[in-house]
Amino acid sequence: MPHVWLPFWPKNAAHSASLIDRIDIGEFCLVLLILCFVFGMMLVFCMKYRRGSRAPRHLPNPKSWHWEIGWTGATLVAFLVLFVIGAKAYLYLYKPPANYQLELYVVGKQWMWKIQHPGGQREIDAVHIPVNRVIKVILASQDVIHSFYIPAFRLKHDVVPGQFETFWFEADRTGSYSLECSEFCGVEHAHMIGTVTVMSDSGYARWLEDQGATESLAQQGFALFRSYGCSGCHDPASTVHAPSLDGLFGSVVHLSDGRSMIADERYIRDCILLPATQRVAGYPPVMPSFQGQLSEEDLVRILAYVKSLSAGHSP
Amino acid sequence: MSAVDIGMAGAVPRSYLGEEHTLSSWLFTRDHKRIAILFFISITFFFFIGGFAAALIRLQLLNPAGTLFQPEVYNRLFTMHGIVMVWFFLIPSIPATLGNFLLPLQIGARDLAFPRLNLFSWYLFTFSGLWAIYFIFIGGNDTGWTFYEPYSSNFANGHVIAAAVAVFINGFSTIATALNFVVSTHRLRAPGMTWFRLPLFVWAIYATSIVMLLATPVLAMTLALVAIERFWGVGIFNPVLGGDPILFQHMFWFYSHPAVYIMILPAMGVVSELISCFARCPIFGYKGMCYALISIAIIGFFVWGHHMFTAGISLTSAVFFSLMSFIVAVPSAIKVFNWTATLHNSRITFDAPMLYALGFVGLFTIGGLTGLILATLSADIHLQDTYFVIAHFHFIMVGGTVSAYFGGLHYWWPKITGKRYPEMWARYAAILTFVGFNFTFLPQFILGYLGMPRRYYTYAPDLQTWNVLSSAGASILAVAYVLPLIYLTWSIFHGERAGSNPWGATGLEWRTSSPPPKQNFPRTPVVTEMPYRYDPRNGSYTTQDGVHFAEPAFGEASV
Amino acid sequence: MFSGRLQEQYTDSSQQSETAQLGMWVFIATEVMFFGALIFSYMIYRVAYPEQFRLAGHDSFILLGSINQALLITSSLSMVLAVRAAKADQQRALVLLLAVTAALGLAFLGVKGYEYAQDVAAHSVPVVDYIFKPGEHRPTEIFWCFYFIATGLHAIHLTVGIALVLILMVRAAQGAFSADYDAPLEVIGLYWSFVDCVWFFLFACIYPLGRAGP
Repeated sequence: MPHVWLPFWPKNAAHSASLIDRIDIGEFCLVLLILCFVFGMMLVFCMKYRRGSRAPRHLPNPKSWHWEIGWTGATLVAFLVLFVIGAKAYLYLYKPPANYQLELYVVGKQWMWKIQHPGGQREIDAVHIPVNRVIKVILASQDVIHSFYIPAFRLKHDVVPGQFETFWFEADRTGSYSLECSEFCGVEHAHMIGTVTVMSDSGYARWLEDQGATESLAQQGFALFRSYGCSGCHDPASTVHAPSLDGLFGSVVHLSDGRSMIADERYIRDCILLPATQRVAGYPPVMPSFQGQLSEEDLVRILAYVKSLSAGHSP
Repeated sequence: MSAVDIGMAGAVPRSYLGEEHTLSSWLFTRDHKRIAILFFISITFFFFIGGFAAALIRLQLLNPAGTLFQPEVYNRLFTMHGIVMVWFFLIPSIPATLGNFLLPLQIGARDLAFPRLNLFSWYLFTFSGLWAIYFIFIGGNDTGWTFYEPYSSNFANGHVIAAAVAVFINGFSTIATALNFVVSTHRLRAPGMTWFRLPLFVWAIYATSIVMLLATPVLAMTLALVAIERFWGVGIFNPVLGGDPILFQHMFWFYSHPAVYIMILPAMGVVSELISCFARCPIFGYKGMCYALISIAIIGFFVWGHHMFTAGISLTSAVFFSLMSFIVAVPSAIKVFNWTATLHNSRITFDAPMLYALGFVGLFTIGGLTGLILATLSADIHLQDTYFVIAHFHFIMVGGTVSAYFGGLHYWWPKITGKRYPEMWARYAAILTFVGFNFTFLPQFILGYLGMPRRYYTYAPDLQTWNVLSSAGASILAVAYVLPLIYLTWSIFHGERAGSNPWGATGLEWRTSSPPPKQNFPRTPVVTEMPYRYDPRNGSYTTQDGVHFAEPAFGEASV
Repeated sequence: MFSGRLQEQYTDSSQQSETAQLGMWVFIATEVMFFGALIFSYMIYRVAYPEQFRLAGHDSFILLGSINQALLITSSLSMVLAVRAAKADQQRALVLLLAVTAALGLAFLGVKGYEYAQDVAAHSVPVVDYIFKPGEHRPTEIFWCFYFIATGLHAIHLTVGIALVLILMVRAAQGAFSADYDAPLEVIGLYWSFVDCVWFFLFACIYPLGRAGP
């Protein structure tokens, strides 16, 4: 591990960190090599061809294209290799995971992180997660843009208001690591920090129990679903002609303007807040907008409820 | 060199400085050289304001508890540092001062195409700069120089609109200057001055001006929308009202990434002049250098998305922007290799401008190579918005542009003022700049890799060592920047008189007296030669109007 | 720009006149980027909220927009004819055509002002006085934001153009221009045509929305 050797190497606690570190170390070595080459050449030339030296000089040859094409080609090839390596890792790290074992809902708010677990447990500026589990994170912001950053995982993702962002990680070492906000978000930006505690499975189970949550996130969402009157139309027994939510999450939806989309977190969010922008084909445009009425945390609860109606999407 | 050599029989004409001495002769001048001096005065003022803010930032970060300033004050400090340094120092730095002074001289023209527009540009610039500084002192703005939405329109407290207006007006100044440069380069070149006989400095200023003309209006529109949104509460970028904050980032970086090239391209031009002259050797691959400048300017318009790899843009666009970022690095690499190759088979003297130029190549190479790391998508996930990014772009903008600016200033100082600067002090300043700079910003790479986000007024105690190192380096850097201010001012009054061509350089600007007369040239020069016709065997050179000279007694001999 | 005197940086008046024209072309390039940024961001939202923009566009006054389109095209014609009159040394026609150009520009502003009054009466001013019609949501407000910003900026450009044409007219009446010296006319003519072109794009962005199809 590099941090054993180097005083300036951050802790490594995740699968993603090892992957990114490997690429970075390779790149640092390459960069140092190029630097040594350029600096070495400059140094040698500066000494050899200083004005007072007796080094032989000839009339410069104006034809230089073969050298130039040579190093243009070499740098281009080297850069493209770096590009491919980096892009492959990025796609792997930033693609939403197909299989995950746990979901985590994170709401950024000036200047705190509010975390909600599917079991209904809530924490502020602290994240407790089990080790060696693929965890899907759904990010939302109540106000401005934040960025959810865990240096020990080498991962960050911006939290943009007005949409759900998702990404994933898998911690592979227990311990406690720092959590930071890396996008400037106002006066106390520097205090929008917290800790990520990676625990063993049994420790995590104990921790979940100790929180004393009585209702799961989906149950909390169901309560909101009724109190905001959603069930008046979307309940299967309702007389209003509204799309059924059973099995909606993850399915393909056909819209009235001819588009079809997969009903993911973003889609469900937009349906609730901006219903006019994506109307489901075959239904009248009667869904009102809940923009400004629901806090991000409530939105997350309702999302968890809608997800729970689709088999296989409620871990 | 005698006056006859440069085509001036009889008395040397009165210089542009001695033409008239009244205040109004300066404030209403249309002479590009005097306007360059006016810009120089304004820019120096803003540079030290921005530098003062930087010093306070480093002072705050000495202590992890961050107790020197309240967070509100600290946020205003780095915003002020960013806004002043980017728009009121770096962007106009080389183009508006050295470019204004030298472009007409180097193409053999008597003035720029639109002298009144040029003067107007200075008034706009100075007015907008003073406006910005006034609002900084009566309360400031805490959005950071990036004005990110929706923070800037709905959450920031401070004079966001005033700051946006200052940058907006400054944009007009930039456009006016750039328009002048483009049109002058096209229409006012001296007879025989073909495109591939232009000095690389002119090519660089030309490429820069194209970027300025096409990018600045987009910033103007973006900031206008921000100001309108903040003033009326409409929702163009506000997600609560249906707007898209990511669109703001696209529009902002569509300007602000090319803006980086606005800062670095002129520096590349300056350094090409310096290296060629002090190595007494033609620049290696002249045409390649021209094409590299132009391709950087063009490709630079298609890389803006690399500021948003973690912002939730689509994976496809992230991959595209990463690819383009790697491609734009190729012409920059070509330039570094060509500068290095110019040193081969040369005859180098280490005068202060050359020391600055060599420092530039070194620092620019480090900045460029760390840029490759940031362009690598996977690495950027970790490093985005950390001090690694801060260190990277300071290497380019401060290590690169400011070093080249100081190098160019020393190189052309005899031409601008007619006086020699004290060589020994200048060499110390150049070396001090290089040392102080590395001291300040190398630790920041480590801080960034350790995960210290930018814009934090307080940080984890285990990061203090690196921050203290960085602050210590900043104090060296401060000395290195104040030193030239002192001895250059001294040299105006007490410096040794400079001849018309103290460095034995080939450009047309050296074919007139120092300082040049108001009309620049006693008679229009006729260009017959390539630029940079130096002979490394004996240091002799042939000027662009075809006169051959032996190596002048300069460099070590003059110390 | 308006002085016929040869400035010291030029060798002859044709170089000076060509340089002035190139300057205007370069300036127009920056203006294209300026309006381009606005129209681009408008397009982003139009693609994001197609139905809402159709609803909002339907409330614009296409008759007034079309009249304005006609006025501006005609004014470009009279501007070009003015330049031709100068080249043919027809002094009276020149002054008259410049007057017609300025008058058409002013007429455009008059119609535009009336249209703004109608928009206000229809409660289409975002935030200040905005009433959502049936089926309309937040994005329609964004449409009207762009409407006012774009047409407002265009009106400012046109006002500057009218002022410049009026100055040209006064100078022409004093006999400043001739077949040998018409550079300012060419330059201002370019600007005028550009402002006209911008309106083409704004018209296409604003008025036809939501009027086609069933």
